[in-house]
Amino acid sequence: MKDFFVARLKDLLPTLFGISLISFFIIRMIPGDPVLLLLGERGADPVVYQEMKKELGLDKPMASQYVPYLGNALRGDFGKSIISKREVSEEFWDRFPATLELGLAALFFAAVIGIPLGIISAIKKGSFLDFFFMTTSLVGYSMPIFWWGLILIMIFSVGFGLTPVSGRIDIFYEVPTITGFYLIDTLINPTLLKEEGLAPFFSAIDHLILPALAMGTIPLAVLARMTRSSMLEVLDEDYMRTATAKGLPPFRVIMIHGFRNALIPIITVMGLLFGSIVTGAILTETIFSWPGIGKWLVASINARDYPVIQGGVLFIASLIVFINLSIDFLSKIINPRLRSDDL
Amino acid sequence: MTFKIFILQFSKNKGALIGFLIVAIACVLALLSPIIAPHPPHEIFENAFRLPPFFSEGAHDHFFLGTDDVGRDTLSRLLYGARVSLFVGFLVVTLSASVGIFLGLLAGYFGGRVDWFIMRIVDMLMAFPSILLAIVAVSIMGPGLINTIFAVAIVACPQFIRIVRASVQSEVKKEYVLAARSFGATHLRLMLKEILPNCMAPLIVQISLGFSDGILNAAALGFLGLGAQPPTPEWGTMLADARAFIVSDPWLVTLPGLCILAIVLGFNLLGDGLRDALDPKLQRH
Repeated sequence: MKDFFVARLKDLLPTLFGISLISFFIIRMIPGDPVLLLLGERGADPVVYQEMKKELGLDKPMASQYVPYLGNALRGDFGKSIISKREVSEEFWDRFPATLELGLAALFFAAVIGIPLGIISAIKKGSFLDFFFMTTSLVGYSMPIFWWGLILIMIFSVGFGLTPVSGRIDIFYEVPTITGFYLIDTLINPTLLKEEGLAPFFSAIDHLILPALAMGTIPLAVLARMTRSSMLEVLDEDYMRTATAKGLPPFRVIMIHGFRNALIPIITVMGLLFGSIVTGAILTETIFSWPGIGKWLVASINARDYPVIQGGVLFIASLIVFINLSIDFLSKIINPRLRSDDL
Repeated sequence: MTFKIFILQFSKNKGALIGFLIVAIACVLALLSPIIAPHPPHEIFENAFRLPPFFSEGAHDHFFLGTDDVGRDTLSRLLYGARVSLFVGFLVVTLSASVGIFLGLLAGYFGGRVDWFIMRIVDMLMAFPSILLAIVAVSIMGPGLINTIFAVAIVACPQFIRIVRASVQSEVKKEYVLAARSFGATHLRLMLKEILPNCMAPLIVQISLGFSDGILNAAALGFLGLGAQPPTPEWGTMLADARAFIVSDPWLVTLPGLCILAIVLGFNLLGDGLRDALDPKLQRH
């Protein structure tokens, strides 16, 4: 067990090193002079040019640029945005809660619907219901979510006028940041509660529904399929027959004896899905103008704000590496069968 | 497994047949698009802006699925779009599968340090969410269809490496490999002639799934304005152009997305069916 943790940690260092190299080269691999590109081709002022070059860390030879770059990154200094002039890390943490709130809502939606669908399909294996659920989930799995989001807007916002089209909350509500989650901040802020009541909270929910639905569609499909196959494996086990033979009610047999044992692969998949939230965020946030890191990155790329791209990429990739590592550890800890065979 | 059994297994699977049908139709339409498309994809018709498709009021006989905001025939652009998407899918899969087979063979066959080194590259690439890595690659190389293909291919490599490596690892210990080795077969011969042919089943499945991933990612880049550039008739780019007309002309948004969904679903169904037919061990219940 301990060997496993040590080995995984040892593999982590080269991965992180590689990630830092990739983000280091982003700005340096642009064909031509990135400084001229940023300042515009129209004869930049030589003083400004040198300043910019120094700020981007491009003034020294390539080999001696990496060490200071890594040192700064380890201290949490990812440079400054060219557009807003603010620290990249500051901008990141400003936007991260919005993405996290959306991602958690999407996963919640996916789990609440996907897991029951998978369980029902497994119990009714081979039935029309099973065929219908699994076909639907494959359609969901193939869904181009950037299109799906637009279709949802078309149906629910434009067609029925039920939900807003974009943003996190109605613009006339001012929500001071406490946790960064609007669903929590609107409830725990006493002044806001006194003045507006629960209206801001419901406005935040209204804004969250469609993006969460769009973003949760692929995870829902993955979870439904995973739950089904995991349940099918468990349903054949002897202890299931024993539980039924004891005369336990079917619901109890399926949920307590079956589902609990089918849970480990499902949890692992949920962890992996959590890592894929960022992918979903980039597309979903662009469609719904959700002020999270996905929209931020796309905007930075369109504005050629290279320090932001560089820092954002490094941040997100490192985050995902650590999430994957935690899942590895977690599934080792939850699953006694994995614990015994080290590595 | 013989070819006959494979065909039998495959044709029993309804989903797989539907997938095969979708893919086959898309291929035929793509190949024949210059012949069957009623208009060239870039031809602009004056005074025919945003005409609705045949089933709505105000449709024009000339434009079966209507026209877009600058007066180009939607049906023709969608047909040519099938060409672009399948071309992208094909190149992405060819590139990523070649790299994946090469590195996966090396990692699985030699093991040890070679394996460790290659797997760290895989870890590194997997740390980037697929779309993000593609965006980064495009932001360095600049937007465009060819750069999109390279970017999406890089993203697709780790899957191929892992799949080839896993099957090579299970094959390399088998007796037939030992036998060939004792006859003095070289490493290269062992890898390519002995082991690789026995790793084809999961590889074929991944090729089909690689098409769907590749097409989807390329379309997403197109949608973000980083992929194929207008006026290329690429479905993701068409979708991005149509976004502004979501209220007034919903079909402009609906049609390209449906095409993407259909072709991705087709390849996914095909991949699932191939997995069930080729590899009983991997079979879903």
